[in-house]
Amino acid sequence: MSQLDDLKTAIKSRLGDLECVIGWEQGYDPLHATPLFIRSEADLDRLIIGPLAVHNLATYLTGWKGKKVGVVVKGCDSKSVIELLNEKLINRDDVVIFGLCCDGVVSQRKIRAALPADPGFVESVEIGADSLKVTVAGQAATLRLDDVRADKCRVCDTPDALVSDFLIGKAHTPAPAPSLKCQDEFEAKSDAEKFAFWQETMGRCIRCYACRNACPMCVCRDYCIATSRDPLWVSQENLPSENMMFQMIHVSHLAGRCTECGECERACPVDIPLMLLRRYMNKQVRDVFQHEAGKALDQTPPLLTFKVEEERINERGW
Amino acid sequence: MEKFITKENLNRLAAELAATCRVLAPVADCGTVTFRRFQPGMVMDLHSRMAAVSPKAATFPQTETLLVVKREIPEKKPEIIETLPEGKNVVIGCRPCGARGKLIFDPVYETDKIKDPYYLQRRKNTVFISLACDRPETTCFCHSVGSGPADPSGSDVLLTLVGEGYVARSVTPEGEEIMKMALFADAGDKGKEADAKNAKAREMMGEAHDYASAPAKLLARFDDMDFWLAQSAKCISCGACTYMCPTCYCFNITDDDLGLSSQRIRTWDNCMSHTFTLEGSGHNPRSTKAHRLKNRVGHKFSYYPDLHKGVIACCGCGRCIKQCPAGVDIRQIVNAAQEYAE
Repeated sequence: MSQLDDLKTAIKSRLGDLECVIGWEQGYDPLHATPLFIRSEADLDRLIIGPLAVHNLATYLTGWKGKKVGVVVKGCDSKSVIELLNEKLINRDDVVIFGLCCDGVVSQRKIRAALPADPGFVESVEIGADSLKVTVAGQAATLRLDDVRADKCRVCDTPDALVSDFLIGKAHTPAPAPSLKCQDEFEAKSDAEKFAFWQETMGRCIRCYACRNACPMCVCRDYCIATSRDPLWVSQENLPSENMMFQMIHVSHLAGRCTECGECERACPVDIPLMLLRRYMNKQVRDVFQHEAGKALDQTPPLLTFKVEEERINERGW
Repeated sequence: MEKFITKENLNRLAAELAATCRVLAPVADCGTVTFRRFQPGMVMDLHSRMAAVSPKAATFPQTETLLVVKREIPEKKPEIIETLPEGKNVVIGCRPCGARGKLIFDPVYETDKIKDPYYLQRRKNTVFISLACDRPETTCFCHSVGSGPADPSGSDVLLTLVGEGYVARSVTPEGEEIMKMALFADAGDKGKEADAKNAKAREMMGEAHDYASAPAKLLARFDDMDFWLAQSAKCISCGACTYMCPTCYCFNITDDDLGLSSQRIRTWDNCMSHTFTLEGSGHNPRSTKAHRLKNRVGHKFSYYPDLHKGVIACCGCGRCIKQCPAGVDIRQIVNAAQEYAE
């Protein structure tokens, strides 16, 4: 049986006890998937998995708190589930986790750059073992999956779900790249160059908060300090400085909690490379606290706890 | 008036107009395309893809300063300065759907009782030079909301790509004025070619969906929260759809305190946000994303048409669909209401 068949069988065995199971189905065109909320066996027929199933469905879990739901997760998504559990934002008993052994997902941005015409004109997509055959505006193109893989997949060391009730697929031996070229190149820039980059890039931000709402760990949502009007912490004026201020709030509130699922960057409708900030922050957290969010159950994020003396912060070293 | 302008000359036109006007044009912007203030030396990107954000900001900027209050010393009476928008704007290279957005604004921002001076001033001082589409995207449905890929309504000049340039047709006297510039040449018989291209683009869109029953059918689902819970399940309640939308016209007003001075700003509001219709008491009649999405869809396809002669408050540009992080498809939601078996 295929991985999809195994998954369907597993979901079918638990569907009766659950409000719904969250998976993916084909979206508005053959190149895009969309979240699917499975409530019946008829819905289950629409379930898909594979390189187009990009969404981190753990984002929805806090919205179902108190109800029993199932969720299909890739390795990276499972880290978000672990982090939500560790922070007691969801109850383990309320969630049935259908974990996948994942072969990686695509970056729609990379596909767009690689196609001979805008992906909006897509006519058909054939998903092969290591390629995508896409026909756009009458022109066929074969893209190597390796070339259009999401950045997070290149450095992924957790392709198989770390927490699950059902683990589906063949286990991987991950071979992550040590780092990402785009990150290394950005960090090698001078402060002035970085400042100019963000000044320019944040001019494009429309403050739609897609990055915030797509984030599985951004759980304040309706009560975010960036949209509070009393007190008014951040002006509603759409200036690069205010937009950057919001991003800084987002990044610092995720210090030690971000699992690098990349949903913020994927959700951005104007292609702002937000992961540059996240990865940098995570590196600091790794260096100082030797902590990686979502890697193990029963960890407490370093900034949600207190130690009289941190091992790597030399407070009284004068 | 019908003329022809080469691709190079259209870029020159943008540069020449930029000397006296604020020109907004689509430019390649780190892998995407956005409307940016055009400066001589820039190259427009008219064809690689539809701009991510609509050209709405030309007539309805994301931030508009309504007034400024200045006080030099605390004892002195503050000075209140009104800040009506000045100068002319030209949008070049938007699609017909983007230019049509303001037609949805007009009946709201200019009524017998209320006239919005900021919007009206920009509206009067902005010229739209649109480019007809030659191929629909999977998310396009302009033909189903009373428009089409070469719809001139809302534009001042409509361009159609023919060979290495564009057949330009004036739609308004303001458009005709611009077309008197020497950069425009005689169109010869290229007009026929333009007509054929426009007809082909319309044909590629296929049959239009009939939204005639949508206002009543959506209203019939108003109290059916199960319907809206199911429809909104995947929505993450962000503002990408509203901010991308050419027709979303809701705004918020904030007094920004800047020490001894302050400014009153109007910013785009977003009906998918928790703070939208949040009352002073802390109560919000639209307390969940299901309520909010019901309002968003209902407003465009039911309440607005009921108030404004059946006109659907949507241009069918598809931005809300393709830019949605979760792939929420407004067409699917309206269809579900239309096809709902009682």
